[in-house]
Amino acid sequence: MQTTQKLELKKLACKARMGAVEGTFHAKSGHPGGSLSAADIMTYLYFAEMNVDPANPKMKDRDRFVLSKGHCCPSLYAVLALKGFFAWDEIKNLRHVGSMLQGHPDMNKTPGIDMSTGSLGQGISAACGMALAAKIDSLPYRVYTILGDGECEEGQVWEAAMFAAHNKLDNLVVIVDQNGLQIDGKVSEVCGIEPLDKKFESFGFEVIKINGHCFDDIEAAFNKAKETKGKPTAILAATTKGKGVSFMEDQVDWHGKGPNKDEYENAIKELQAQLEKLEGEC
Amino acid sequence: MADIVTKATRESFGEALCELAKTNEDIIVLDADLAGATKTSIFKKEFPERFFDCGIAEGNMVCVSAGLASAGKIPVAASFAMFATGRAYEQIRNSVGYPHLNVKIAGSHAGISTGEDGATHQCLEDVALMRTIPGMTVLCPADHWEMKAAAKAAIEHVGPVYIRLGRLAIDSFNDPDTYEFELGKGITLQEGNDITVIATGLVVNECRKACLKLKEEGFSVRLINIHTIKPIDRDIIIKAAKETGKIITVEEHNVIGGLGDAVLEVTSEECPVKVRKVGVYDRYGYSGPAWELLEKFGLTETGIADVIREELAR
Repeated sequence: MQTTQKLELKKLACKARMGAVEGTFHAKSGHPGGSLSAADIMTYLYFAEMNVDPANPKMKDRDRFVLSKGHCCPSLYAVLALKGFFAWDEIKNLRHVGSMLQGHPDMNKTPGIDMSTGSLGQGISAACGMALAAKIDSLPYRVYTILGDGECEEGQVWEAAMFAAHNKLDNLVVIVDQNGLQIDGKVSEVCGIEPLDKKFESFGFEVIKINGHCFDDIEAAFNKAKETKGKPTAILAATTKGKGVSFMEDQVDWHGKGPNKDEYENAIKELQAQLEKLEGEC
Repeated sequence: MADIVTKATRESFGEALCELAKTNEDIIVLDADLAGATKTSIFKKEFPERFFDCGIAEGNMVCVSAGLASAGKIPVAASFAMFATGRAYEQIRNSVGYPHLNVKIAGSHAGISTGEDGATHQCLEDVALMRTIPGMTVLCPADHWEMKAAAKAAIEHVGPVYIRLGRLAIDSFNDPDTYEFELGKGITLQEGNDITVIATGLVVNECRKACLKLKEEGFSVRLINIHTIKPIDRDIIIKAAKETGKIITVEEHNVIGGLGDAVLEVTSEECPVKVRKVGVYDRYGYSGPAWELLEKFGLTETGIADVIREELAR
């Protein structure tokens, strides 16, 4: 990846993180931890990978994105706002009465949201349905979905995995945001899911393991997924929950609570410093 | 009057899907390893490229359907009513109902007339479950001709629809030359002023026979067929409550949450009259031949006629 593009993506991801922090602060609730761990991948998807048009969010042959781990929508909303699907100002209304930004994604309220999600394990199936529709219509669009690692405990994830491989959905890319934590603690301690790579492999997926915060890795993985024919791809992305805000990193407490005023200001200050450093590199 | 067609509504539905798919390329049918039983196999045979067996994974099937619908398809997801609406209830609620996607859920083998398979397969809750989902249309056709018309209406309607199908072959009673189906509109099958019987699905024909008999005995019994349980025809119910003063509801479903309660929700607000609910009284079914079970549960002509006489005498 070219240095300028990488720098640009890093800056956008930093802004997306600021949006996630801002949204959850104004909402006094929400899920900053998993939003921050998936921010780089979502940024890459919308700014380097997917064919979408903010002016025409329902474009028939657009690429689709399903946030199967729907609770991590604060960073998705920020990415969509940065992309121009709606005004950045909407972020402060997250989870407020009458807001277009619901606590979990709502395809009928928010421009750019392709599927309503929130109940874990269901988004990956919906993504399979979209990918299947593309196959039926011989349309070239691709479908991307991000799952949490805790979410992989849901049986339906594996029903969907079987379905995707059986129907040779090579236009489907499943990304697992492996931040290692879920509400009740470490995934490995709550109900371990490893070896996840072998599981997806045995279900018929092309499996790629990456660092989910490294844009070179992310780019290489999505490019490999495009070259993979006859089977779906699973990208297992090692990430850090709360990435980018030091006191939130790898802390299970930050799975599902909004920052208070001090925490918010400190988080924004940290992210602002990161952004200024990146701008200095331009 | 046309000849009587003796056919299970699951089969009528399977045939209807084939006919509709000839002119509507968006129709996609999914099943969960029960195509032979739900009769989506009829569609599979004719349109193999538009049929997807999801295997025994109902939750995934429903959400795959949601994804297909979001991309403009009209998916019909079929399984036994028990598994389609029970196992996959939350998938229907959150991935179909909440986004109001154009998915049709077909629940076959509904009610105790499923027969020998017994309680685990005799779904008595599907109408109650589907009725609670905002924006869901709930259909329960009573014979071959009504099922064909309902299938067409379900496909043409934009939005989620649950359609209840039966396993048991039953006689048709509607005349295809004059029959008209309108979504959300009840049909008065017999006029009368002393009492009203409101029925849905397989038991409508049993009620029809019971009402004819009572007519011969000199009673004036009104019979209404409700094929659309949601949105329910409020006007026809209010009119019946006002004009006949007493209602009996009949359904092959738990008396909790089904047609009876849907009728009560209207009468209690608009015209409180006595409503007696005939159905399965908050219990499980058991194995046995379908007609024997229907008899045992008081859902055939004789049992229904007895209840009507009892209420007329009160």
